[in-house]
Amino acid sequence: MLRRRVIPCLDVADGRVVKGTRFVDLVDEGDPPDLAERYAREGADELVFLDISAAPQGRSTLLDIVARTARRAFIPLTVGGGVRSVDDMRAVLRAGADKVSLNTAAVADPELVTACARRFGSQAVVVAIDARLREPGASSSGWEVLVRGGRDTTGLDAVDWAERVVELGAGELLVTSIDRDGTGSGYDTALLRAIVDRVPVPVIASGGARTPAHLVAAIVEGGADAVLAASIFHRGLVSISEVKQALAQAGLPVRSIPAAPAAA
Amino acid sequence: MTRIAVVDYGAGNLVSIEQALTTVGAEVTIIDGPGGIAGADGLVVPGVGAAAPAMAQLRDQGLVEPIRAWIAAGRPYLGICLGLQLLFESSDEDGAEALGVLAGRARRLANAPTLPHIGWNQAVQTREHPLFAGIEQAADFYFVHSYAGELAPSAAAAVLATTDHGDRFASAVAIGSLAGVQFHPERSGIDGLRLLANFVGLVASGATGRAATREPGVAVSA
Repeated sequence: MLRRRVIPCLDVADGRVVKGTRFVDLVDEGDPPDLAERYAREGADELVFLDISAAPQGRSTLLDIVARTARRAFIPLTVGGGVRSVDDMRAVLRAGADKVSLNTAAVADPELVTACARRFGSQAVVVAIDARLREPGASSSGWEVLVRGGRDTTGLDAVDWAERVVELGAGELLVTSIDRDGTGSGYDTALLRAIVDRVPVPVIASGGARTPAHLVAAIVEGGADAVLAASIFHRGLVSISEVKQALAQAGLPVRSIPAAPAAA
Repeated sequence: MTRIAVVDYGAGNLVSIEQALTTVGAEVTIIDGPGGIAGADGLVVPGVGAAAPAMAQLRDQGLVEPIRAWIAAGRPYLGICLGLQLLFESSDEDGAEALGVLAGRARRLANAPTLPHIGWNQAVQTREHPLFAGIEQAADFYFVHSYAGELAPSAAAAVLATTDHGDRFASAVAIGSLAGVQFHPERSGIDGLRLLANFVGLVASGATGRAATREPGVAVSA
């Protein structure tokens, strides 16, 4: 049976892992490949790197980090942030990533999703959707897509956009609630459910995790296939094995972590 | 040292397969044409994506006949994901003609609750095989695909493991020195490395000397 995935997300700026609250007020949290390898050992099912470098030279730094990580952590790696063309995507995949996540660039140029999926396959194209309630507290009003790290509004309806990008070729969606991100108040399960019910592809929940129960709710109530979290793992507030235990106790299938082999 | 040639035909992440094979002790060469095959002890064909462009690319690079000849000679081959699907006669994905080494076709997972099938799932071993030595029954491996091989009844004996995602499909096959896995061992953590180590070990020991195409009924082309 297909396992529900637990995915630590490493927000990377100029070569270091950082995690902000609502995408600002960044706090430095460590060397990405070190953290990546540690998470792989602890049972992370995948890893996501989001490049939030401001400086242009952050890009080559990121590719170097991807290459170093791919050599140490033998689990899938998705890279998002700053991918604006098929060539950008090729560079990230050649460095050792398995998937690329498109966000702002997909909104600016929806055909990019199709071009990337045609070239590398839908399975390698994740579309990240940052969404915010149109009226705070009222999910009936729907969610709007934000871009540029949650700074700019687009007018797009998040659920419609989710359907559209899947038609365009996205193989997976990474759905972040900007309302919840960094707050620790739990995932926006209504947002997740609204999208999960409309698309056939796997949906990764993001934004708002603080306790193992939040991650369980994202799957049970939200219908997510995978749960992503950053600061709770980086800060050691919750371990990956605690999350997996909670998921298993809720009756959800999780991957068991095989014992480390004898030294080769 | 065991020399493994990994075929680069522009389909996917070669870094991880190269690194994983190196980690388990192989000497890895990436080849993009027929030249490098001769010096190898084992051949690995990785890849994700659609079958038709992959076959077109292999043809452009002059690799289709050398790969067929390699397999026909009973030399060790490991196909990963698309590299397994290409062993069949055809793919429904785009009507592509594939290598035609195994009787059957790649078919869309029509009853899957989510597609693509992305994530960790169990490979239930249907018989013992050295490729899975040291790997527990129903261990988890990482999958990323929408199509999977459907073996013809005549080739059913080649199945090594099955996986359920709406439909049950063959997630590992082996016949003679030919092997293929639908999952990505290079992205499947410790058990994935173990499987690759087992393949490299089989190549090194020369234990897989039997030509796949001599199995009656299984192969469709010599």
